Amino acid sequence: MKITFDWLKDHLKTNFKEENLITQLTNIGLEVESLQSLSYGKELFKVAKIIKTEKHPNADRLKICDVSIGEKNLKKVVCGATNAKEGLITIYAPPGATVPKTKTKLEVANIRGVTSYGMLCSKSELNLSDESDGIVELSKSKYEKSIGKCYFPKINSNLIDLSITPNRPDCLGVRGVARDLAASGFGKLKDLKEKKIKSKIRPTFKVKINQEKNQGCSAFGSCLITNVKNTESPKWLKSKLISIGQKPISAIVDITNYVMLDINRPLHAYDLDKIEKGIIVRNSKSGEEFTALDNKHYKLENNMCVISDYKGVLGLGGIIGGTRSGTELNTKNILLESAYFEPRSIRNTAKKLNIDTDAKFRFERGIDPLSIEDGLNKAALLIKEICGGEISKVDIQKIKTFKTKIIKFNPALFEKISGFKISIKEMLKILDSLGFNAKKEKNYFKLNIPSWRPDISQEIDIVEELVRIIGYDKIKIIDPIKERTKSTLTQSQKLFHFLQRSIASKGYLEAITWSFADSNYNDYFKDKKKEIKILNPISSDLGVLRNSIFSNLIMYISKNIDRGFKDLSIFEIGPIFTGSDPGEQNTVVCGLSAGKKSRLSWIEKERNIDVFDVKRDVVQTLVEAGYNSDEFFTDNETPNYYHPGKSGRLFLNKEKNKVAAYFGEIHPNIIKKIDMKTESLVGFEIFLDNLKLSKKTLNDQKKRFIVSDYQKSERDFAFIINNDVNVQDLVNAISSVDHNLISNIKVFDSYEGEKIPENQKSVAINVTIQSFEKTLKDSDLEKINQLIIETVENKTGAKIRT
Amino acid sequence: MSDLKKIKDEYLSKLKVKLNLSEINQIKSDLFGKNGVLSLQFKKIGTIAETERKKFASDLNVIKDELQDLINSKMNEIENAEINQRLEKEKIDITLPERPFVRGKIHPVSQTIDEISSIFSEIGFSIEEGPDVENEYNNFTALNTPDNHPARDMHDTFYLDEKKEKLLRTHTSPVQIRTMLKDKPPFKIIAPGRTYRSDSDQTHAPMFHQVEGLHIDQELNMGHLKGCLNYFVKEFFEVKKIKMRFRPSHFPFTEPSAEVDIGYEMKDGKIIIGEGDQWLEILGCGMVHPNVLKNVKVDPTKFQGYAFGIGIDRLAMLKYGINDLRAFFDCDYRWLNHFGFDPLDVPTNYRGLSR
Repeated sequence: MKITFDWLKDHLKTNFKEENLITQLTNIGLEVESLQSLSYGKELFKVAKIIKTEKHPNADRLKICDVSIGEKNLKKVVCGATNAKEGLITIYAPPGATVPKTKTKLEVANIRGVTSYGMLCSKSELNLSDESDGIVELSKSKYEKSIGKCYFPKINSNLIDLSITPNRPDCLGVRGVARDLAASGFGKLKDLKEKKIKSKIRPTFKVKINQEKNQGCSAFGSCLITNVKNTESPKWLKSKLISIGQKPISAIVDITNYVMLDINRPLHAYDLDKIEKGIIVRNSKSGEEFTALDNKHYKLENNMCVISDYKGVLGLGGIIGGTRSGTELNTKNILLESAYFEPRSIRNTAKKLNIDTDAKFRFERGIDPLSIEDGLNKAALLIKEICGGEISKVDIQKIKTFKTKIIKFNPALFEKISGFKISIKEMLKILDSLGFNAKKEKNYFKLNIPSWRPDISQEIDIVEELVRIIGYDKIKIIDPIKERTKSTLTQSQKLFHFLQRSIASKGYLEAITWSFADSNYNDYFKDKKKEIKILNPISSDLGVLRNSIFSNLIMYISKNIDRGFKDLSIFEIGPIFTGSDPGEQNTVVCGLSAGKKSRLSWIEKERNIDVFDVKRDVVQTLVEAGYNSDEFFTDNETPNYYHPGKSGRLFLNKEKNKVAAYFGEIHPNIIKKIDMKTESLVGFEIFLDNLKLSKKTLNDQKKRFIVSDYQKSERDFAFIINNDVNVQDLVNAISSVDHNLISNIKVFDSYEGEKIPENQKSVAINVTIQSFEKTLKDSDLEKINQLIIETVENKTGAKIRT
Repeated sequence: MSDLKKIKDEYLSKLKVKLNLSEINQIKSDLFGKNGVLSLQFKKIGTIAETERKKFASDLNVIKDELQDLINSKMNEIENAEINQRLEKEKIDITLPERPFVRGKIHPVSQTIDEISSIFSEIGFSIEEGPDVENEYNNFTALNTPDNHPARDMHDTFYLDEKKEKLLRTHTSPVQIRTMLKDKPPFKIIAPGRTYRSDSDQTHAPMFHQVEGLHIDQELNMGHLKGCLNYFVKEFFEVKKIKMRFRPSHFPFTEPSAEVDIGYEMKDGKIIIGEGDQWLEILGCGMVHPNVLKNVKVDPTKFQGYAFGIGIDRLAMLKYGINDLRAFFDCDYRWLNHFGFDPLDVPTNYRGLSR
């Protein structure tokens, strides 16, 4: 919403300055979005007279004009306009001026060998109209004496752009803004004492609103103005529109625009002679069509509110008129419409057809239903004044009558909500100046809700009005109490926080990527999950919700490799989606590592990053998070995006309830398909929702501290087992022998090859044996050794190596 | 001169010169060996007349201790010298680099969320969450934003179904609804999380982060709202004083509603928070609308309170001097390294928020 202080002063008597205005507007909730100087540079444009023209020596279509701007020296200007001729009075822009339309700054220019000082302007270049053919021709009688003077009137007022919240349609008119300002003590709202149409001419024209279900129009006011002569608007009107950045078109259009901007009363002018018989306001039928004033052709669906005549659709009520009945410069007879359209109907129609117009914006927010007559009076009288003609009586068709709503307001609510006090007198004064016609009755106020305030319906709305006008700076600061009665984080939030930092501490950079993904990438990682499409994605490469974080991470890690970083680890902790219903999502920590360890190190041997690197990251993280690694269980059933042979699935215990994590090499086919250049790519996923949460505090979780000071002894074993037996089973078999005596088991070699039969491997294990009760004798140890060998051989089919 | 004195002088002079280890060992054995000169003297003790025996034994012991100490110190000296000599040869170029290490980082948005949580934790807020996919009711209708409300246009919404009933939440406010539906008042929560809107340019990303705040109790008014946010902003920017401005605005789910600006100025291209005469909008807030409370079965005549929504990414940008919002989600290795935080740098109220 654009206004100027000058225009405001049509409605507001005030002694304050513009800078006060800006602050005040923001203070009462009419946020000033920007402040623009309008006059900037415009004073450079001068009324000028062409003294002499001659043909450009090097260009057929150009002329060299000697131009007088009232100074002794004439300006030489090269000009291409056909209408540039001796004696013409026009508008001259010197070098240094900025052309309003193109925003280009003029310079002294060499045009085909002739130096040109400035430019003669067309109307379109000055944003005066769309007329771009030829330069401006000013009337001799009016401007002969003004040569050398500034063409544009001096504008002291800046353009103020307000961001009006959707609840305040009344402030989409200058008067509404003025009323709010007046209520806040910024001046006095002027009583405009608008004139009324006094006519005895009965309209010869029938308007009918069809009584239908979902009728979007509840009142249609109109009057006829006959024998007008449409013309250019007078200067005051043009400069008013220009002052807020609008382009004047013709008097009739300008007047309807002016009334809309001034009092937020949208109007529409029809060329009466183009309407067949009469106006019918009705619901559209599917398939009806019309061409709108935006020169687009619209096909309508059922139940859109249309203004039609006996031939067909003329326009969409409250949204846009049609070309068939539009006014033109030669329009003689006018039907002026001032109607009330239901916001819901406007909104539905505009959404379906994807139209956005100024009228739609206003009706959708709610126009004052009692402004129908005011709008007609103001516009019709102006048209008569400027274009002549005869005005008919006003005709208003209604299918609903507007009733003023009344609310009771308990003034005590003000302090209860705002936290501070003001007097009853002050409340009444503010509410009155906002148009509530407040009456104090016993312990409450009886308020009439102004017809222009569709946003107000209950007491809390009144509190807002009062606090807003008095000023938020009056609200006292009450410092918060530093007191905590409930723990800040839940167990699962603590786990989230812990895992996030635990993974980062292992050399992974935390990334945050979109929750959406490219469906091509997502396909690689979605496994058995179903694809969840976004109906209106921002672009096709962000078209689905991610089924896996890998879908995004792999793309970004690939980009970083392209940037020249070969060895990197990144991770993300966040949601993946399993369905399109709320809650069908899981929290996952997902990491990817690429490249080598210790690349180009003088001391460490470089090697490809491998599956046991990520296995360590996963296991260490889970252990740090408090899970017991003795109970972990790993197998090799992993989703298809992992290397089938070099990946694992980890459970927190042998019951294998829920997968705690996957880890492994990413499937080489995927790396190939996305054309990623890396020596190695491994990744992991830890599923937070599958991790069991302890209800105990850390304090309760810790076991009693028991250690043994008896001598411990270590024994090494080497077993030969079939390749398909897991080392995990071997270790479990050993530990099952005696949990109390076997305190530690270490796998220190796993070997296949020479001296070992085919399809078998040799596994070397170091076992620490220690008793809590005594120092073990050699015979005790020998017994355990035998037991270990027997158990392992029985359970796994392994053979002790001798 | 007695024998003892002679032995003493002789060996003292022998030990005076520079000796190697074997020479000292020789001397040692000459003195204390089985037939060493001092050993022989000790054997003599029994033959000495009783009257002189005591003195002789005492003198002998003194000499023995003196020579023994001297030999020990000589030997230590030599050993040390030898070790030093060996270590001298083991010298390495210590300026060679250490074994390689890698460093992980926490994303600035995560760090900022932790900072925010830490601040609100101290004044008794706990953390709530809600799903990223929401239904239309929780995201709009329950928040007093019916279907025909133009305020819906301010949210460019991603939808998941043709009926437009499932969507990606456009703000964290639906967590208010979920929280109040599942429990009974009072409520005092914040809810940080991902939010989504279908616009994208330099200053807008299709996904961003918000933190919702909700405090409902019996006697809360706008003064509490102001106090809470004033406290938060001061703590977050780690300044003693902050210029803050509450100005009226409109959100369908709060009334009265406000937007909050903080004062700033530009110094040498850097933004200084809390000073100057420029204003920067950082959050929206207000008193929870009675319609919202009714929608979640909380009696608005008994309970009232405030809610707020803060853009987390924007706060992070301001605090850490990050210019480009889009870079947050671009995963550029260099950017993550530059703006990321050490994982051990956990914001807490006793350590302070940032180093």
